[in-house]
Amino acid sequence: MSDVLNPPVSSEATASVPLKPLGKVLAVTSGKGGVGKTFVSANLAAALAKLGLRVLVLDADLGLANLDVVLNLYPKITLHDVFTGKAKLEEAIIRAPGGFSVLLAGSGMVEYSRLTPEVRDDFLRIMNGLVPHYDVVLLDTGAGISDVVLFAVSLASEVLVVATPEPTSLTDAYATIKVLVGQQKRQTIRMVINQTARLGDGRAITVQLQQVLDRFVATDPARPIKLVHMGDIPADPAVRQAIMRRQLLMQATPSCPAAMAISQLALKLEASVISVNR
Amino acid sequence: MVTQSSSSPVELHQLQLDDARALLDHSMLLALPSPEESPSDYLQAVIDGLCELSLKDPLTGLGNRRHFRAVQERTIDGVARSGDPALLLMLDIDHFKKVNDTYGHQAGDRVLQAIGKSIASCVRPMDTVARYGGEEFSVVLPNCHSSFGSTVAERIRATVEALVIPISPSVSISVTVSVGGAYAPEWVRSTASLWTERADVQLYRAKTEGRNRVCIDHQQEIYVSAEEKNLLFGHLALGDPAWIESIPGEATGASASGSMQRAN
Repeated sequence: MSDVLNPPVSSEATASVPLKPLGKVLAVTSGKGGVGKTFVSANLAAALAKLGLRVLVLDADLGLANLDVVLNLYPKITLHDVFTGKAKLEEAIIRAPGGFSVLLAGSGMVEYSRLTPEVRDDFLRIMNGLVPHYDVVLLDTGAGISDVVLFAVSLASEVLVVATPEPTSLTDAYATIKVLVGQQKRQTIRMVINQTARLGDGRAITVQLQQVLDRFVATDPARPIKLVHMGDIPADPAVRQAIMRRQLLMQATPSCPAAMAISQLALKLEASVISVNR
Repeated sequence: MVTQSSSSPVELHQLQLDDARALLDHSMLLALPSPEESPSDYLQAVIDGLCELSLKDPLTGLGNRRHFRAVQERTIDGVARSGDPALLLMLDIDHFKKVNDTYGHQAGDRVLQAIGKSIASCVRPMDTVARYGGEEFSVVLPNCHSSFGSTVAERIRATVEALVIPISPSVSISVTVSVGGAYAPEWVRSTASLWTERADVQLYRAKTEGRNRVCIDHQQEIYVSAEEKNLLFGHLALGDPAWIESIPGEATGASASGSMQRAN
């Protein structure tokens, strides 16, 4: 099992050496915080689980994790205990309401918000143990473009960038994509636009981002960068209600427009990413 | 820790200060004040002297590795808080072993001293030059914009190359340095060892590419220029009413301004 991934030679996440990506690992990232990254991760996991897939969500936001808040879960054993050797990996994996598994970072992970070689090794070891047991592992990364976030993303075979139509979110999503292209030599980045007001807004935003990337980042015609628009999640009052009640949208109001959009997103991911990598 | 009240000061003669005093006298850092005149001033001077000694490389007078590490940590904190770019340079004298083997270790020491002085002359007072170990030096340059990094490193390289070092009354030699550099990742609390590792990778590159050269790992460009921003949401800046109407909760205000634009 530990041969699935050879821990890469020591290199900072910000260094130019790309890490060996794992199969069927999807990083959910955003640049800016507060755009619904964790909301998307949790509900997307539920939607993927509904398709019959074995799904695990890993709280890779080591410093300021809040997947526990979104899922209303407060387990006794968390990733922190695994990192410190107090518990086994299996003991920290718990069942979330949406029919998927979660590995929560837990409080006390702040000391792991710095990417030291030890944190890197622990993380790799944990990923090694996890990946073979699931059809898809979602990495809910932290906000920003810190070395921990970049390291977590580097472990994923696919990246899903969550953005909202707000200028600040778009700028940060663009900056994130720039770094992922520059450092990890990624050429395909998947986009989901959250809180869109009208049909087609998300696609228009993705096209806009693509144009700026083509002009400023993908200047080498031999290495084009492709943003793949995976879907929009429309602004929907049901989302706020579910979040305030600490429920999964997919369970609270499975037929609301936002939940339907997330189901569509899951189908599209299953078809284009998960079944391909399996 | 024992707290001393003002009525019972430390009794100097009870402290074992002889070794410290001998060490400071030998290193001739400073003349210690008389212990009789003001015991606390004397003790303070001993402590200051020891602190200075513990941070200095005795041969070159530059900071030692301990000092370097402390400065590096402090700089990383600053970069994480302020986002100001900071550069780390690692320098290694090319073929230094040959100098030692050909002219002896005393000549080698002369070369190390001259190079150390030469590097220090190329940087600002706020920068820290340290002897990292052996024939390797390091420089931490806080607040060093990415467009100046190569210039500074190249200045050091050229200055060292042009330097004529007298190693005996009749013999002078010249050496070159290879320089590797890396910027600390902005807004990120990285670690000193990872930062050093990246600069070392560049130093290794400079060595393998033929020595006497500068290689710098340019920090990833995560800065988004005004031009890029304008292109990203130029339609927003232009106040496209259709777009603004699409923003949830702003439809009424936006359509009002939209109709105003149309009226104009």
